[in-house]
Amino acid sequence: MQHESPLRDPLILGNKSYSDITADIARPIEGKANKYWYLVFTIAAATFLWGFGCLAYTVGTGIGQWGANKTVGWAWDITNFVWWIGIGHAGTLISAVLLLFRQKWRMAINRSAEAMTIFAVMCAAVFVTMHTGRPWLDYWLFPHANQFGSLWVNFNSPLTWDVFAVSTYFSISLVFWYIGLIPDFGAIRDRFKMAGKPMQHKIYRILSFGWSGRAKDWQRFEEVSLVLAGLSTPLVFSVHSIVSMDFATSILPGWHTTIFPPYFVAGAVFSGFAMVSTLLLIMRKVFSLEHYITIQHMEMMCIIITLTGSMVGVAYLSELFISWYSGVEYEGYAFMNRATGPYWWSYWGMMTCNVISPQLFWFKKIRTSLHAMFLLSIVVNIGMWFERFVIIVTSLHRDYMPANWTMYHPTWVEIGIFIGTIGLFFSVFLLFARTFPVIALSELKMIVKSSSEEHKNRRAAAEQAGAHH
Amino acid sequence: MSATKTIHGIYTDEELCLEGVKKIRANKVRIKDVFSPFPIHGLDPALGLPRTRIAICAFIYGITGTSLAILMTWFMMVHDWPQDIGGKPSMYYFMNWPAFIPVIFELTVFCAGHGMAITFFLRSWILPGVSPKNPDPRTTDDRFLILIEAKSEDEAKIVSMLRETGADEVNVK
Repeated sequence: MQHESPLRDPLILGNKSYSDITADIARPIEGKANKYWYLVFTIAAATFLWGFGCLAYTVGTGIGQWGANKTVGWAWDITNFVWWIGIGHAGTLISAVLLLFRQKWRMAINRSAEAMTIFAVMCAAVFVTMHTGRPWLDYWLFPHANQFGSLWVNFNSPLTWDVFAVSTYFSISLVFWYIGLIPDFGAIRDRFKMAGKPMQHKIYRILSFGWSGRAKDWQRFEEVSLVLAGLSTPLVFSVHSIVSMDFATSILPGWHTTIFPPYFVAGAVFSGFAMVSTLLLIMRKVFSLEHYITIQHMEMMCIIITLTGSMVGVAYLSELFISWYSGVEYEGYAFMNRATGPYWWSYWGMMTCNVISPQLFWFKKIRTSLHAMFLLSIVVNIGMWFERFVIIVTSLHRDYMPANWTMYHPTWVEIGIFIGTIGLFFSVFLLFARTFPVIALSELKMIVKSSSEEHKNRRAAAEQAGAHH
Repeated sequence: MSATKTIHGIYTDEELCLEGVKKIRANKVRIKDVFSPFPIHGLDPALGLPRTRIAICAFIYGITGTSLAILMTWFMMVHDWPQDIGGKPSMYYFMNWPAFIPVIFELTVFCAGHGMAITFFLRSWILPGVSPKNPDPRTTDDRFLILIEAKSEDEAKIVSMLRETGADEVNVK
């Protein structure tokens, strides 16, 4: 059996047996939702319906309903696409990269973080399919035999790379998430069997794919998880690198930067961890999961937010320095315009939210205070939205030809779609939280003996007794 | 000819279960299967399970994806309809291929990941609608079950071995 240093704080608090873990995580599924759940779900679903209406309106009348114009061709749509895709990155980082690094604290948070990835990529997909203008022709994004001679997609283009990257990312994340869920659905199924509830038993029997937990199945399961983690790690870095190349391979000042791929990946992880913190801070409270998602888990996430936030900060400052040091007047102007032009508020909003606010987590008091964490996680999410807005809109609105200079303002339709995707995200997350095991319980049971408070105390007591002899 | 008995040795601790498996195997009794709520470290060698080859499958699916992607990009961009796109050379594959690396990489990961997942589902036969095979519903919660099919004359010996290694419950059918 694996032993862990007594100096490490326990990851599972309270005297939890294997059975307690199953019961605690099955409780939201077995019980009835309280009125807060219904209240929040109603708000989220109504918001989603509003967004859906705006989407239908856009499809019916065309994207002329948006504020994008011939100078600012990409605006709200791509800002939100990049924002959502970035948020998704934390889920894969937690489940894949932290698995490869054998970080045990990932086990209580990986399931909901991966769910967040899937739902965030769904929201991103809304924007990227709509921004083509004629979403019913979006199958043209994929190479297919067609009647226009040989009109293949252009594999030289980062936009085509993006189609492949995002589809692969979504489908691989979905499979990774679902394979992890199968044994836990099995546990829920067997609880319904023992409780004598045939309907629920049947549903979870189908969802669990008939999982039985045989030795050979577990052996394959662990190997599959490890290899999928190994595949997802370069995948997650490739996805946001490719998203950044949508900009970086152009010749536009402010976009044409070699720093973009690492800078975008760090920013994605940064915003993703902020969103995971927001969701988990609510979830641990609502479902009484404080024994599993401890202050230590939250603190670890704050540390990653500070690390990635600092990387983003360094990227902002080096970008700014290079725009001056390169001596290219277009570059210099693009950055001067960002900081002092008509969109100065978005630039300084981005700087404050992303560079200054995460530095507050250097104070232990702040990174262990739930209220401060919640507030700062929302500040970071706002900051990262501003970052994409700054990169896209301020670079485009004053291009090489002053005669083309213009401003961009979102219309109510665009704002409606964005708010609608937030509604979609929270609706599906709330449904997930009521029907799926929100913590990977089979994984958590593996670390009970090495990392739970009870076993750590027991070992400490045994050592004490040994010392007295 | 003696009748076959199905014996369930049910443990509440994975380490005791592992001891049970070792003891039973040392006494030359065949274990049909072990069911547990989570993977037990060290169970595979104790049970004599060979290492899974599913990672090798993933590698093969991966290079299949790489090859398909190379073939696709060559066919579409160089062979079938070469075009001058931003001055990027498209007359020979080796001149143009650096621009195709992202797509080749993505398709490699796509084929490796999905191929491996499908192989896992089919080899372990876990698919929607399949009936679970764990003999006791508690094995997905906190029980570790050793399943033995033995001749009825060996029953007493096996039951005592399970009891000695700390089985909480022994059921014989």
